[in-house]
Amino acid sequence: MTSVSIRDLTLKFGSLEVLKSLNIDIDEGEFLVLLGPSGCGKSTLLNCIAGLLDISDGQIFIGGNNVTWSQPSERGIGMVFQSYALYPQMSVEGNLAFGLKNARMPKDEIASRIARAAEVLQIEPLLQRKPAQLSGGQRQRVAIGRALVRDVDVFLFDEPLSNLDAKLRAELRVEIKRLHHRLKNTMIYVTHDQIEALTLADRIAIMRNGIIQQLDTPHEIYNRPVNLYVAGFMGSPGMNFIEGEISGAGESSFNFATTQIPLARYPFAQADRPNKAIFGIRPEHVSCGAAAVDEPFSIDVEIEVVEPMGADTLVWAVLDGKEFRFRVDGQSPLHAGQTVRIGFDPAKASIFDAVSELRL
Amino acid sequence: MTDATIHSTPVDTRASASPGLVDGPRGAKPKRAISPRNVFIYGTLLLVSIYYLLPLYVMIVTSLKGMPEIRLGNIFAPPVEITFEPWVKAWATACTGLNCEGLSRGFWNSVRITIPSVVLSIAIASVNGYALANWRFKGADVFFTILIFGAFIPYQVMLYPIVILLRELGIYGTLWGLILVHTIFGMPILTLLFRNYFTTVPEELFKAARVDGAGFWGIYFKIMLPMSLPIFVVAIIIQITGIWNDFLFGVVYTKPDVYPMTVQLNNIVNSVQGVKEYNVNMAATIITGLVPLFIYFVSGKLFVRGIAAGAVKG
Repeated sequence: MTSVSIRDLTLKFGSLEVLKSLNIDIDEGEFLVLLGPSGCGKSTLLNCIAGLLDISDGQIFIGGNNVTWSQPSERGIGMVFQSYALYPQMSVEGNLAFGLKNARMPKDEIASRIARAAEVLQIEPLLQRKPAQLSGGQRQRVAIGRALVRDVDVFLFDEPLSNLDAKLRAELRVEIKRLHHRLKNTMIYVTHDQIEALTLADRIAIMRNGIIQQLDTPHEIYNRPVNLYVAGFMGSPGMNFIEGEISGAGESSFNFATTQIPLARYPFAQADRPNKAIFGIRPEHVSCGAAAVDEPFSIDVEIEVVEPMGADTLVWAVLDGKEFRFRVDGQSPLHAGQTVRIGFDPAKASIFDAVSELRL
Repeated sequence: MTDATIHSTPVDTRASASPGLVDGPRGAKPKRAISPRNVFIYGTLLLVSIYYLLPLYVMIVTSLKGMPEIRLGNIFAPPVEITFEPWVKAWATACTGLNCEGLSRGFWNSVRITIPSVVLSIAIASVNGYALANWRFKGADVFFTILIFGAFIPYQVMLYPIVILLRELGIYGTLWGLILVHTIFGMPILTLLFRNYFTTVPEELFKAARVDGAGFWGIYFKIMLPMSLPIFVVAIIIQITGIWNDFLFGVVYTKPDVYPMTVQLNNIVNSVQGVKEYNVNMAATIITGLVPLFIYFVSGKLFVRGIAAGAVKG
């Protein structure tokens, strides 16, 4: 069943179109992540769903109701903000109760809901404290609790972990996932962090300039990006891109400089192929040394820089005049100036039209 | 004992031996008590303090002297014989025109003018500022510009039109007429003050309250008000001192029986009949200035905090 449905949503600030006729259907219990660089409109879209921004055109449905003109509190949503947005003068309990009191809920019902939320989030000992006396992680838990007590169908997260340090972020990320498994609510989560997106999402919507570039599962987005932008945005370090030409019809190959990469194994989406194309391969899909020889395509490269990162090592090399990155094991003895054999399977690559930048 | 031996074992194997200290500067740098810098700073401060405190000193000692002693002409000399008579006279029996009730009547008039003016102007301006900062309604910018513009129009320009306005409203010469004038004239600067303060409150807090179902007044009373004590203190101080010290509006818009204290003080000091009683005049002036002085002393810390928080940013 569809939980949230956005139809032809358009938002204009004056003559500037911030969101351009967006259409998204989100299933009940789905975890959707809106991912994109800053200024792409992802937070704006979330604010529109929450009812904090008036939209210019289109419709929003939540739980089957048309909420396009409804107040934020009437939409059945709970929202968690980046800066926590806890009311500083109220205790944790007061923060949790505020929305319920506004809804004129009876006192014993409020108390039982707070008790349940506090138990789920393990913030029972903190109930009488003021937000200023809490750590960042505790504050964010209380902020989640504020959405939790309202017993809403849809949770909206606006970059909830961006203010936390890396370690805490990883912990809370898992906790949000656990919470989602337990509550099975629909969740819409805005972030610019692709790790958060990949780990949390059932589906990811990658946005750019108010348009959704690709809306798909993390696996699909990572492995089969629909265009050059998505391919470049997902993955860190980013995909290697090589400009060149495609030749031949059946046993075709990708040619640049003096190198030919056979494309027999590459699953083309359509039969007709443009001449100019961009070949993309992820650094982690490249193998090196002895393993490279077994790959369908292999070549010698010269290493320029080696960046050890603990668990693995990123190698910057030159492949036939082009800059080329690949990832090797952290224990690898490679060093700058060395020439090494690398190889990869073209089936794992992504090829894009050089003009339209769409996947071939 | 075993503890001590454990602790003395060096943990870091690389830094096993301390390099030792050599002769020369070590630790905190010594400071001289009398340096050119200190002399300059404290000298300036002392000079400025004297400049401000000397007139106050003269006023206090003069107000405690009898007239014969004043006639000797030593204005800096402390009183030989301390008398509180001038204070009593200034408060209770000094004459302005026909009535001889001293400043007491003016004092109570000023209280009756100041309190409603302060409460009204701050109540309205804080809601104005909140609406301008958090609810971007259509025409908010135009409204704000007009309001700010109002702060720069000289009062003299508006004196007479307001006389006519108050006359038409039927409250010319009454306390409420003056209260209305003070409330209106406090609006531009106070609204600016509150708007600037409320814009520093994180927007997400406001959004969260909306998601939690609080409306315009709910957010104002439950979220914004409790967070803005410092700025309210600043507004109260600005308004109390401003309205208490006001002379122009008081003299123009009221009649003798509802004159505020400042106008009455002027009448006492400038009365041309008989001898000039300097001691009574000084006492009357100090009494009039006591209220703002008291407010500053009581709220000093909060005032500074609030000013810093709601500073008019350029």
